[in-house]
Amino acid sequence: MSPILFWIFAALMLGFGAATLVNRNPVASALSLVVSLLGLSALFFSLDAYFIGVIQILVYAGAVMVLFLFIIMLLDLKAEQRRQISLPVLLGGVAVTALFVTQIALVVRTFQVGNKPFPSLAAKFDDASNIGNMLFSHYNLPFQVIGVLILVASIGVVVLSKRELN
Amino acid sequence: MVTLNDYLLVSGLLFALGFSGVLLRRNILIIFMGLELMLNAANLSLVAFSRFNVTNGLPNYNGQMLVFFIITVAAAEVAVGLAIIVALYRARQTTNVEDLNALKF
Repeated sequence: MSPILFWIFAALMLGFGAATLVNRNPVASALSLVVSLLGLSALFFSLDAYFIGVIQILVYAGAVMVLFLFIIMLLDLKAEQRRQISLPVLLGGVAVTALFVTQIALVVRTFQVGNKPFPSLAAKFDDASNIGNMLFSHYNLPFQVIGVLILVASIGVVVLSKRELN
Repeated sequence: MVTLNDYLLVSGLLFALGFSGVLLRRNILIIFMGLELMLNAANLSLVAFSRFNVTNGLPNYNGQMLVFFIITVAAAEVAVGLAIIVALYRARQTTNVEDLNALKF
Protein backbone atom coordinates (compact mmCIF):
# COMPACT_ATOMS: atom_id res chain seq x y z
CA MET A 1 0.00 0.00 0.00
CA SER A 2 1.33 3.41 -0.86
CA PRO A 3 2.40 5.59 2.08
CA ILE A 4 -0.15 8.26 1.12
CA LEU A 5 -3.04 5.81 1.51
CA PHE A 6 -1.60 4.52 4.79
CA TRP A 7 -1.41 7.99 6.27
CA ILE A 8 -4.86 8.92 4.95
CA PHE A 9 -6.44 5.91 6.63
CA ALA A 10 -4.37 6.35 9.80
CA ALA A 11 -5.44 10.00 10.00
CA LEU A 12 -9.06 8.99 9.36
CA MET A 13 -8.88 6.42 12.15
CA LEU A 14 -7.19 8.70 14.67
CA GLY A 15 -9.30 11.76 13.74
CA PHE A 16 -12.61 9.99 14.10
CA GLY A 17 -11.31 8.19 17.19
CA ALA A 18 -10.70 11.60 18.74
CA ALA A 19 -14.14 12.75 17.56
CA THR A 20 -15.63 9.73 19.38
CA LEU A 21 -14.23 10.98 22.65
CA VAL A 22 -14.84 14.70 22.11
CA ASN A 23 -18.46 14.61 20.97
CA ARG A 24 -21.06 15.38 23.64
CA ASN A 25 -23.84 13.59 21.77
CA PRO A 26 -23.57 9.79 22.25
CA VAL A 27 -25.06 9.04 18.81
CA ALA A 28 -22.41 11.19 17.12
CA SER A 29 -19.77 9.40 19.20
CA ALA A 30 -21.01 5.98 18.11
CA LEU A 31 -21.07 6.99 14.43
CA SER A 32 -17.54 8.44 14.69
CA LEU A 33 -16.44 5.14 16.21
CA VAL A 34 -17.84 3.30 13.15
CA VAL A 35 -15.74 5.45 10.79
CA SER A 36 -12.68 5.01 13.02
CA LEU A 37 -13.03 1.22 12.97
CA LEU A 38 -13.56 1.25 9.17
CA GLY A 39 -10.24 3.12 8.87
CA LEU A 40 -8.66 0.48 11.08
CA SER A 41 -9.98 -2.31 8.85
CA ALA A 42 -8.46 -0.50 5.85
CA LEU A 43 -5.11 -0.68 7.70
CA PHE A 44 -5.70 -4.43 8.20
CA PHE A 45 -6.21 -4.75 4.43
CA SER A 46 -2.97 -2.84 3.88
CA LEU A 47 -1.22 -5.49 6.01
CA ASP A 48 -2.64 -8.27 3.76
CA ALA A 49 -4.86 -9.51 6.62
CA TYR A 50 -8.00 -9.67 4.47
CA PHE A 51 -9.96 -12.09 6.65
CA ILE A 52 -9.33 -10.07 9.81
CA GLY A 53 -10.28 -6.87 7.97
CA VAL A 54 -13.59 -8.33 6.83
CA ILE A 55 -14.28 -9.71 10.32
CA GLN A 56 -13.50 -6.27 11.75
CA ILE A 57 -16.09 -4.62 9.50
CA LEU A 58 -18.72 -7.32 10.12
CA VAL A 59 -18.33 -7.59 13.89
CA TYR A 60 -17.48 -4.03 14.91
CA ALA A 61 -19.01 -1.76 12.28
CA GLY A 62 -21.94 -4.15 11.99
CA ALA A 63 -22.89 -5.92 15.20
CA VAL A 64 -21.18 -3.98 17.99
CA MET A 65 -22.10 -0.55 16.68
CA VAL A 66 -25.74 -1.53 16.11
CA LEU A 67 -25.76 -2.72 19.72
CA PHE A 68 -24.32 0.60 20.92
CA LEU A 69 -26.83 2.63 18.91
CA PHE A 70 -29.66 0.39 20.09
CA ILE A 71 -28.71 0.92 23.75
CA ILE A 72 -28.35 4.68 23.23
CA MET A 73 -31.83 4.69 21.71
CA LEU A 74 -33.22 2.46 24.47
CA LEU A 75 -31.85 4.67 27.25
CA ASP A 76 -32.95 7.79 25.32
CA LEU A 77 -29.68 9.58 26.07
CA LYS A 78 -29.52 13.27 25.26
CA ALA A 79 -26.37 15.23 24.64
CA GLU A 80 -24.84 15.53 28.09
CA GLN A 81 -24.62 18.83 29.88
CA ARG A 82 -21.29 20.59 29.97
CA ARG A 83 -20.09 19.68 33.43
CA GLN A 84 -17.22 21.21 35.25
CA ILE A 85 -14.52 18.56 35.06
CA SER A 86 -12.34 18.60 38.13
CA LEU A 87 -8.85 19.97 37.58
CA PRO A 88 -6.92 17.07 39.21
CA VAL A 89 -8.75 14.56 37.01
CA LEU A 90 -8.02 16.62 33.88
CA LEU A 91 -4.36 17.13 34.76
CA GLY A 92 -3.91 13.49 35.75
CA GLY A 93 -5.54 12.19 32.58
CA VAL A 94 -3.57 14.48 30.28
CA ALA A 95 -0.29 13.78 32.13
CA VAL A 96 -0.70 9.99 32.05
CA THR A 97 -1.62 10.08 28.36
CA ALA A 98 1.30 12.37 27.50
CA LEU A 99 3.69 10.09 29.40
CA PHE A 100 2.33 7.09 27.55
CA VAL A 101 2.68 8.74 24.13
CA THR A 102 6.23 9.82 24.95
CA GLN A 103 7.10 6.31 26.01
CA ILE A 104 5.67 4.82 22.80
CA ALA A 105 7.53 7.38 20.67
CA LEU A 106 10.82 6.66 22.47
CA VAL A 107 10.41 2.89 22.13
CA VAL A 108 9.49 3.14 18.45
CA ARG A 109 12.43 5.46 17.76
CA THR A 110 14.96 3.09 19.28
CA PHE A 111 13.39 -0.08 17.82
CA GLN A 112 15.79 -0.50 14.87
CA VAL A 113 14.34 -3.82 13.63
CA GLY A 114 11.06 -2.10 12.85
CA ASN A 115 12.71 0.29 10.39
CA LYS A 116 13.32 -2.52 7.91
CA PRO A 117 10.70 -2.74 5.14
CA PHE A 118 8.05 -5.44 5.40
CA PRO A 119 9.26 -8.73 3.82
CA SER A 120 7.46 -9.57 0.60
CA LEU A 121 4.78 -12.25 0.65
CA ALA A 122 4.17 -15.12 -1.75
CA ALA A 123 2.62 -13.91 -4.99
CA LYS A 124 -0.56 -15.85 -4.35
CA PHE A 125 -1.87 -17.07 -1.00
CA ASP A 126 -5.32 -17.86 0.29
CA ASP A 127 -5.75 -15.86 3.47
CA ALA A 128 -9.16 -17.18 4.53
CA SER A 129 -8.30 -20.85 3.97
CA ASN A 130 -4.99 -20.50 5.84
CA ILE A 131 -6.84 -18.99 8.80
CA GLY A 132 -9.46 -21.72 8.60
CA ASN A 133 -6.78 -24.41 8.64
CA MET A 134 -5.13 -22.85 11.68
CA LEU A 135 -8.47 -22.41 13.43
CA PHE A 136 -9.60 -26.01 13.02
CA SER A 137 -6.25 -27.69 13.61
CA HIS A 138 -3.90 -25.82 15.91
CA TYR A 139 -6.49 -23.60 17.63
CA ASN A 140 -9.35 -26.08 17.75
CA LEU A 141 -9.73 -26.17 21.55
CA PRO A 142 -9.70 -22.36 22.04
CA PHE A 143 -12.19 -22.10 19.19
CA GLN A 144 -14.61 -24.42 20.98
CA VAL A 145 -14.01 -22.74 24.34
CA ILE A 146 -14.89 -19.40 22.75
CA GLY A 147 -18.18 -20.92 21.63
CA VAL A 148 -18.94 -21.74 25.27
CA LEU A 149 -17.92 -18.20 26.24
CA ILE A 150 -20.38 -16.69 23.77
CA LEU A 151 -23.13 -19.02 25.02
CA VAL A 152 -22.44 -17.95 28.63
CA ALA A 153 -22.36 -14.30 27.57
CA SER A 154 -25.69 -14.49 25.76
CA ILE A 155 -27.36 -16.29 28.70
CA GLY A 156 -25.86 -13.69 31.04
CA VAL A 157 -27.21 -10.85 28.93
CA VAL A 158 -30.71 -12.33 29.01
CA VAL A 159 -30.54 -12.78 32.80
CA LEU A 160 -29.19 -9.24 33.31
CA SER A 161 -31.84 -7.71 31.09
CA LYS A 162 -34.75 -9.29 32.91
CA ARG A 163 -36.65 -6.74 34.90
CA GLU A 164 -36.94 -8.74 38.08
CA LEU A 165 -34.17 -10.90 39.50
CA ASN A 166 -35.78 -13.50 41.72
CA MET B 1 7.92 3.46 2.56
CA VAL B 2 5.64 2.42 5.42
CA THR B 3 7.54 0.46 8.06
CA LEU B 4 6.54 -1.55 11.09
CA ASN B 5 7.40 1.41 13.31
CA ASP B 6 4.77 3.58 11.57
CA TYR B 7 2.11 0.99 12.33
CA LEU B 8 3.30 0.68 15.93
CA LEU B 9 3.22 4.45 16.36
CA VAL B 10 -0.30 4.72 14.95
CA SER B 11 -1.39 1.84 17.15
CA GLY B 12 0.13 3.50 20.22
CA LEU B 13 -1.59 6.78 19.40
CA LEU B 14 -4.94 4.99 19.05
CA PHE B 15 -4.38 3.27 22.40
CA ALA B 16 -3.52 6.63 24.01
CA LEU B 17 -6.72 8.12 22.55
CA GLY B 18 -8.85 5.37 24.02
CA PHE B 19 -6.98 5.56 27.30
CA SER B 20 -7.48 9.32 27.65
CA GLY B 21 -11.15 8.82 26.81
CA VAL B 22 -11.50 6.29 29.64
CA LEU B 23 -9.74 8.65 32.04
CA LEU B 24 -11.39 11.92 31.08
CA ARG B 25 -14.95 11.19 30.00
CA ARG B 26 -17.71 10.75 32.58
CA ASN B 27 -20.36 9.11 30.39
CA ILE B 28 -20.15 5.35 30.91
CA LEU B 29 -21.06 4.62 27.27
CA ILE B 30 -18.21 6.80 25.98
CA ILE B 31 -15.85 5.10 28.45
CA PHE B 32 -16.93 1.82 26.90
CA MET B 33 -16.15 3.15 23.42
CA GLY B 34 -12.69 4.15 24.69
CA LEU B 35 -12.18 0.54 25.83
CA GLU B 36 -13.08 -0.62 22.33
CA LEU B 37 -10.51 1.76 20.83
CA MET B 38 -7.82 0.34 23.14
CA LEU B 39 -8.64 -3.24 22.16
CA ASN B 40 -8.47 -2.31 18.49
CA ALA B 41 -5.12 -0.58 18.95
CA ALA B 42 -3.72 -3.83 20.36
CA ASN B 43 -5.21 -5.67 17.36
CA LEU B 44 -3.46 -3.32 14.93
CA SER B 45 -0.02 -3.94 16.41
CA LEU B 46 -0.66 -7.71 16.50
CA VAL B 47 -1.55 -7.76 12.80
CA ALA B 48 1.45 -5.55 11.97
CA PHE B 49 3.82 -7.94 13.77
CA SER B 50 2.14 -10.91 12.08
CA ARG B 51 2.76 -9.31 8.68
CA PHE B 52 6.36 -8.52 9.67
CA ASN B 53 7.29 -12.12 10.53
CA VAL B 54 7.06 -13.78 7.13
CA THR B 55 7.99 -17.46 6.75
CA ASN B 56 7.80 -19.20 3.36
CA GLY B 57 6.00 -16.20 1.90
CA LEU B 58 3.19 -16.41 4.44
CA PRO B 59 2.56 -14.05 7.38
CA ASN B 60 2.73 -15.50 10.88
CA TYR B 61 -0.88 -16.52 11.38
CA ASN B 62 -0.58 -16.93 15.16
CA GLY B 63 -0.92 -13.16 15.55
CA GLN B 64 -3.98 -13.06 13.36
CA MET B 65 -5.56 -15.92 15.32
CA LEU B 66 -5.05 -13.94 18.51
CA VAL B 67 -6.77 -10.97 16.84
CA PHE B 68 -9.64 -13.25 15.84
CA PHE B 69 -10.10 -14.38 19.44
CA ILE B 70 -9.77 -10.83 20.77
CA ILE B 71 -12.52 -9.64 18.40
CA THR B 72 -14.78 -12.50 19.54
CA VAL B 73 -14.18 -11.86 23.23
CA ALA B 74 -14.65 -8.11 22.68
CA ALA B 75 -18.02 -8.72 21.05
CA ALA B 76 -19.14 -10.85 24.03
CA GLU B 77 -17.77 -8.21 26.40
CA VAL B 78 -19.72 -5.44 24.65
CA ALA B 79 -22.94 -7.43 24.91
CA VAL B 80 -22.51 -8.13 28.64
CA GLY B 81 -21.25 -4.61 29.39
CA LEU B 82 -24.17 -2.94 27.65
CA ALA B 83 -26.61 -5.22 29.50
CA ILE B 84 -24.98 -4.13 32.78
CA ILE B 85 -25.30 -0.48 31.71
CA VAL B 86 -29.00 -1.00 30.96
CA ALA B 87 -29.52 -2.64 34.37
CA LEU B 88 -27.62 0.22 36.01
CA TYR B 89 -29.73 2.80 34.17
CA ARG B 90 -32.91 1.08 35.35
CA ALA B 91 -31.72 1.27 38.95
CA ARG B 92 -30.25 4.78 38.96
CA GLN B 93 -31.52 6.64 35.85
CA THR B 94 -28.04 7.93 35.02
CA THR B 95 -25.05 7.08 32.83
CA ASN B 96 -22.70 9.51 34.52
CA VAL B 97 -20.03 7.68 36.50
CA GLU B 98 -19.77 10.48 39.05
CA ASP B 99 -23.34 9.80 40.16
CA LEU B 100 -22.49 6.11 40.71
CA ASN B 101 -20.39 6.40 43.83
CA ALA B 102 -21.87 3.70 46.07
CA LEU B 103 -20.48 0.23 45.49
CA LYS B 104 -23.65 -1.51 46.57
CA PHE B 105 -26.87 -2.37 44.85
